[in-house]
Amino acid sequence: MSIVIVAVLALLALAVTFGAILGFASVRFKVEGNPLVDQIDGLLPQTQCGQCGYPGCRPYAEAIAGGDAINKCPPGGETTISALADLLDVEPIPLDEEHGVAQGKRVAFIREDECIGCTKCIQACPVDAILGAAKQMHTVIVDECTGCDLCVEPCPVDCIDMVPVGQTIRDWSWHKPGSEPIDPTRIITTDQRTDPNDQEAA
Amino acid sequence: MALLQITSPHLRGTNRTASVMQWVLLATLPGFVALIWFFGWGVLINVAWAVLLAIGAEATVLRLRKRPVMFYLSDYSALVTAVLLGLALPPFTPWWVTAVGVLFAIVISKQLYGGLGSNPFNPAMVGYALLLVSFPVEMTTHWATPSTLAVQPDFLQTLTYIFTGGGVNIDGVTMATPLDTYKHQVDILTREELTQLPVFGQHVALGWEWVNLGFLAGGLALLWRKIITWHIPVSMLLSLTACSLIIGWDPDQYTPVSIHLLSGATMLGAFFIATDPVTAATSRLGKLYYGAGIGILVYIIRTWGGYPDAVAFAVLLMNFAAPFLDHYTKPRTYGHRKAHRGIKKAD
Amino acid sequence: MRQTWDFHGGIHPPENKTQSTQQSIRKAGIPQYLYLPLSQHIGQPAAPVVAIGQQVKKGDMIAEAVGPVSVPVHAPTSGTVIAIEDHQVPHPSGLTDSCIVIETDGLDEWKECIPCENYEELEPAEILERVRQAGIAGLGGAGFPTAIKLHPPRNDKVNSLILNAAECEPYITADDMLMRERAHEVIGGLEIMAFILQPEECLIGIEDNKPEAVAALREAAKDTQIEIVVIPTKYPSGGEKQLIKILTGLEVPNGHIPADIGVMCQNVGTSAAVYRAIRHGEPLVSRITTVTGEAVEQPANFETLLGTPLSFLLNQAGFNAAKASRVLMGGPMMGFALTSTDIPVVKTTNCLLAATQKEFPEPPPEQPCIRCGMCAEACPAELLPQQLFWFAKAQEFEKAEMHNLFDCIECGACSYVCPSSIPLVQYYRYSKSQIRIARLDQEKSDKARERFEFRQTRLQREQEEKEAKRKARAEAAAKAQAARAAEAQAAEDPKKAAVAEAVKRAQAKRQQQAAPEVDLAELESNVQKAKDKLTKVEASLQQAEAEQSDMAEKLRNAVAKNRDRLAFAEQALADARKQSSDTSTTASSASLPAQDSEQLQRSIKRQEDKIATLQNAINDTRNSDPDRANQLQPTLDKSLARLAELKAALGATAPDTPEEQAGPDLEQLQSQVDKAKDKLAMMQGMLEEAQAEDPVDDAKVSKLTRAVEKNHERLAAAEKSLKNAKQQAQQIPGQAKSSPEELEALRNNIDKARDKLVMMQGMLEEAQAESPTDESKIAKLTRAVEKNQERLKAAETAYQNAGGESVDIVN
Repeated sequence: MSIVIVAVLALLALAVTFGAILGFASVRFKVEGNPLVDQIDGLLPQTQCGQCGYPGCRPYAEAIAGGDAINKCPPGGETTISALADLLDVEPIPLDEEHGVAQGKRVAFIREDECIGCTKCIQACPVDAILGAAKQMHTVIVDECTGCDLCVEPCPVDCIDMVPVGQTIRDWSWHKPGSEPIDPTRIITTDQRTDPNDQEAA
Repeated sequence: MALLQITSPHLRGTNRTASVMQWVLLATLPGFVALIWFFGWGVLINVAWAVLLAIGAEATVLRLRKRPVMFYLSDYSALVTAVLLGLALPPFTPWWVTAVGVLFAIVISKQLYGGLGSNPFNPAMVGYALLLVSFPVEMTTHWATPSTLAVQPDFLQTLTYIFTGGGVNIDGVTMATPLDTYKHQVDILTREELTQLPVFGQHVALGWEWVNLGFLAGGLALLWRKIITWHIPVSMLLSLTACSLIIGWDPDQYTPVSIHLLSGATMLGAFFIATDPVTAATSRLGKLYYGAGIGILVYIIRTWGGYPDAVAFAVLLMNFAAPFLDHYTKPRTYGHRKAHRGIKKAD
Repeated sequence: MRQTWDFHGGIHPPENKTQSTQQSIRKAGIPQYLYLPLSQHIGQPAAPVVAIGQQVKKGDMIAEAVGPVSVPVHAPTSGTVIAIEDHQVPHPSGLTDSCIVIETDGLDEWKECIPCENYEELEPAEILERVRQAGIAGLGGAGFPTAIKLHPPRNDKVNSLILNAAECEPYITADDMLMRERAHEVIGGLEIMAFILQPEECLIGIEDNKPEAVAALREAAKDTQIEIVVIPTKYPSGGEKQLIKILTGLEVPNGHIPADIGVMCQNVGTSAAVYRAIRHGEPLVSRITTVTGEAVEQPANFETLLGTPLSFLLNQAGFNAAKASRVLMGGPMMGFALTSTDIPVVKTTNCLLAATQKEFPEPPPEQPCIRCGMCAEACPAELLPQQLFWFAKAQEFEKAEMHNLFDCIECGACSYVCPSSIPLVQYYRYSKSQIRIARLDQEKSDKARERFEFRQTRLQREQEEKEAKRKARAEAAAKAQAARAAEAQAAEDPKKAAVAEAVKRAQAKRQQQAAPEVDLAELESNVQKAKDKLTKVEASLQQAEAEQSDMAEKLRNAVAKNRDRLAFAEQALADARKQSSDTSTTASSASLPAQDSEQLQRSIKRQEDKIATLQNAINDTRNSDPDRANQLQPTLDKSLARLAELKAALGATAPDTPEEQAGPDLEQLQSQVDKAKDKLAMMQGMLEEAQAEDPVDDAKVSKLTRAVEKNHERLAAAEKSLKNAKQQAQQIPGQAKSSPEELEALRNNIDKARDKLVMMQGMLEEAQAESPTDESKIAKLTRAVEKNQERLKAAETAYQNAGGESVDIVN
C-alpha cells in the first residue's frame, strides 16, 4: 500500500515540477505578436496585385498564418509555394488556377499618345511606380513595376499594356536539365531546352 | 548541317552503372562456385529462382509506376539484389520463403521507396532479415551438410525438395553452421574438443572457409577494378578482428577470430553487401565509420545476440546511420578552413 | 627541383592534342566582314566611339571602356564601319548583343603604333593604363580586364606571379603553339608584369605533355629568374585555384581572390598580348585559336583577327559541314555548343571544335544516381557533387548553397566519371542561376514592400488630415447651429426678439468688418499658411545671410511683411474664436446679479489677483511647457473679461467718477485712434503688396480689401469715440445717452482693444517661444500686453459711461 502512495507522490512531484518549468517558460519566453506573419510576408512576392483574393500581400500573409491555403499566389508561383511549405512544414500543393495562372514576368507600359493624365492609374498602383501628375503625362517606372495588373482596369482610355519582359544576354539563365521525370529516356546528358522563355521547371 | 544544341561537358568517361553491376556479379562467381561445390545445387536453384522473381517483380512494379521497363531493368540492379539474397539463403530454403524474401526486397524495400538510388536500406538484407525473423525454423535448420561429409542430393532431388517439400529427408542432409555450433557449444566444450567437431574440418570451418576465400578474391577483384573503394571492407574486417581479439581473445569462451572471418557471410558482407553504394555512407571518413560500425555490430550480435550470423542486421542498423555519418563527415571544400559539418557553418 | 603539390581529384581524359600541332601557326586571313561584340570581357560593355561609315585603320579604338571594369575594343584590320547593331554573339544562350560591324578593305593598314623600347622607364601606373587602353582581357577564357587584375586591391604585395601554361583541356593547343613559336613574347610579357608587381618569384606552370613548349620557354627564360615548373598532366590542373595549389601549396580562401594570398595567375596568351601592347604599342586585335575535330580536314592553330566569323575560320581549316554534328567554342569539357557558324571570334575564343557523331556521340539518357561517390573522388574543389545533385534535383537550393555550390568551377570532371550519365554540371549551373534569380527577386520584393508600406502611410496621413479638417468644419457648423438655436429661443420674447435683431445686425456688421470668413478651420489654415511662409522666408533669409548675398535686404523686408501677415491672420482667427467664445462669456455675464459696490470691489480685487497669478503662471510655463501656457490663455481671457464685467458692474453702481475714468479714457482713446491709423496704413500696405505679388489670389486680395475697410471704419469709430469721450468729459455727470452710433463706436473700441490685446499676447507668446532669452523684447511685449489690458478696461468703461448696457446686450 505504501508503495502506491509513494508512487502517487512521486508522480505528483514530477507533475508539479514540470508544470512549473513549463509555466515559467511560457511566461519567460513569450513572444509578442505573431512573427510568423512577418516571415510569411517576407516570402511573398509583394506585387500587391490582389489575385489571391486579399487586398495585398500582408493580408494574405495573415490569412495564411490563420490557416488559409498557401497556393493562391500566381506571381509567386512554384517557388513561393515551396518556400511557404518549407516554412510552415506542410506539403507543397500545386498553384490554385482559380486565382490566376503563373505567367512570365511582365511590366506595364503606358502608350503616351493616348494618355489623358487622369491619375487614375497612379492612384491604383500599390507601389507608386507610375510617375505623373494631374494633366501631366504618366509613365511607368519599369524598375519599380511589379507587374501586378492593377493599373490596367482604372485607365479610362485603356492605354496601358502588360508587356512581357524580354531576355537579354545579361539576364539569361540556365534551365533545368531534362523535362518530365516520367520518361527518363528523354533526359539526355547535356540537354538544353530550346525555348529560352520557358522558365517553368517541370 | 543540323548542329546539336548541347552544353558542356561533352566528354564522358567509360564507366556505366550497368557495367558496375555486371562486374559485381562477375566477382561473386568464385564464392558462388565454392558454395555450389560444398553445399549443393540448392544455392544455384535459389539464385535462379530469386533472379526470375526479382526481374518479374521489378518489371511489374515499373509498369504500374508507368516507367520505361527495359530502361530500368537494364541497369542490372535487380539482378544483383536477387543474386546476393540467393547466395545468403540456406541451400534448402523452400521456394515460398525465397519468394517472400525477394518480393519484399524488390517491391517494398526498393521500388516503393522510389527505385534504384532512393532506397535507404539494402534491399537484399531487408529481405534476408524479414525471412530470418518471420521463418526462423526454415532459415536456421536448412543449412546443408558440406559435401565432404555427406552425400548431397542431386540437382533434381534438390529442385523437388525446394519446390514441393518432398523427395529428400531434410534432416539427413542439414547441419548447423560453424558459427552456430561454436556459439552454442562453447559453454560446454573446450576449444580442443570443439575443433574436433566435423563441422570445423581441417582448417577453420569446413566448406565455409573456401566460400569466404572465394568472396574475398572477388572482392579484391572489385577493388582492383575500382568498382569499390577499400574503406568499407577494410574497416569492417579490421574492426571485427579487433573486437574479436580484444574481447574474445579466449577461444574457450568466445568464437575465435579465424572462424569469425572465414565463416558465415563475413566476406560476402564485407565486399558485396556493405559496399552497396546506394545505402552506405559516401564520404571516405564516413565509409570508415560505417564499416567499423558494421564490424562491431556483427561481433556483438554474433556473440551475445540471438542469431548466429549477424551481417544482415548489422548492415541494416548501419544503414540507419549512413545519412547521419554523411552529414557529419563532409570533407573540407577547397578554400574553406574547416569542413562544414552539422548545422552551423564552420568556416 | 621545385616542390609541387597535388590537388584532390581530377581525371585523365584522352588528350587529342596531336591533331592540331602538326603544323605551325597559320594566319587565318581577312574575312569580308568583322563582327566585334562590345562585350568580350567581364564588366561593363564598351561604348562605340565610331560612326557608321567611318574609316578605321588596324588598331584604331572603335569602342572605349566604360567605367573601371571595362576594356576598349579595337579594329582588327582596316576598313569601314558599316553598322552598329545586334548580332548573334558567342554565348550558350544563342542570344544577340550589340556589335560593331566592319567591312574590311583587305589592306590591313596599321594605325600609328608607338613602341616602347625600355618599359622600365615608365611608371607602373602608366604601363597599366597602356595595357587597359590596348584592350587586353584574360585570354585564357574568363576575359577579366587585365589592367584591373594587375592592380591588386589595397595594393597587396604579390609574392608569386604565375603564368598559366597548363592548358589542361583536351584538344586545345593554342597556348602550346604560342609558347613553341613565340616564347620570347610570353617571357617578355611576364617580365613587364613582374616589373609592375615586383613579386618575390615568377613561375610558369606547364603540363608535362608539352615538352617542346617547355624547352622553348626554358630557352627564352634562361637569363632571367623565371622558373619553369613542369607539372603532371591532369585535368583540370589549368584551373586557377588548382594551379595555385599545385605550384605554391596555398589554397585561395573562399570568397577571396588569389591576390589576397599574394598570388597572381595570368594566362600565357595574355602575357604575350601585354608584351605586344607595351613593347610594340599594338592593341589586342588578334589571338591564336585552335581549330580541330574530326569534321575539319586540316586541324591547326590560326592567328585569327577578332570578329572573324566562325564559318570563315572553319573553312580555312577545311570544314566538312556534312560530317559535323556539333561545333563547340572552347574545349570538350567546358566549351559550349553553337547553333550556327555566323558567330564571331572574340577575345576568349581559344578553340573551335567541329566534332563528328562518332567523336562525341550523343549522350545516353540520365539514369538514377547510385550514390557511388565517384564524383566526389574526382572533384578538384573537394565538393560533394552527389549531394549537390540531389539538392538541385529536389530544388532545395539553400541546402545546395550551404554545401558550397558556388565553389564549383564547372570543370565537368564529376560529370565525366558519373556511371549513370547524369548531367551534373547542368544541374549545378541551373541551381546557381536559380539562386541568383531568387536573390534578385527577394531584393525586388523587399523594395516593392517598402514602397507599398510608404504609400500606405502616405494615404493614411492624407486621410487623417482630411478628417481633421472635416471635424473642424463640423465643429464650426455645430456652433453656428447652436447660435441659431439660441437665437430662436430669444425670438420667443418680443423684447428679446428686438434684442436678437439688434444682435444679429451687430453680428452681421461685425462679420463684415471682421475677418470675412467665419470658417474657423479656414482661418486656422490661413494662420498655418502664414506661419509656413514665414518660416520659409526666414530660412531663406538665414541662408542668404550666411552666403551674404544681396537678397538679404529684400528678404528681411519680406520677413517683416510676413510677420505682419501672420499677425493679421492670427488676429482674424482670434476674432472668429472670440465670436464663439464671446457668446459664452457674455452669456455668463448676462446672469451676473446686481451686487453692492463693496462686494464688487472685493470681487474685483480677487479677480485682479487671480489674473495676476494666471499671467505669472503663463509666463513661467511659456518656455517649459508651451501647451500648458496655451491652455491657460483662454482661462486668462475669461478672467480678464470677468474682471471687466465686475468693474463695469462696479462702474454702474458707482457712476460717480466719470471724469476720472474719462480722463485716462481720453488718453487711451487718443492712442487708440493713433494705433488704428497705424493699423490702417499697415493693412493698406499689405493689400498693395498682395495685389502686386499674387494678383491671382482673389480671396486674399478681397480679404485684405475688407480688412482695409474695416480698419477705416475702426479708425473712424475710434475718432468718433474720442470725440464723444471728450464731449462727455465736458459734460456734467449724469450720463447722456449717446446715439446708437456712438455706442456702436465705443463698442468697437472695446473690440479693437480686445483684438489688440490678443494680438499682443500672441506676439508675446511667439517671442517667448522663439527667443526666450531675448529679455528686452519679452519685457517690452509684456508691458505692451499690460497696456492693452488697461486700454481694454478703459474702453469698456467708456462704453458704460456712454450709456451702453453691457450686461444686457449680447455681443
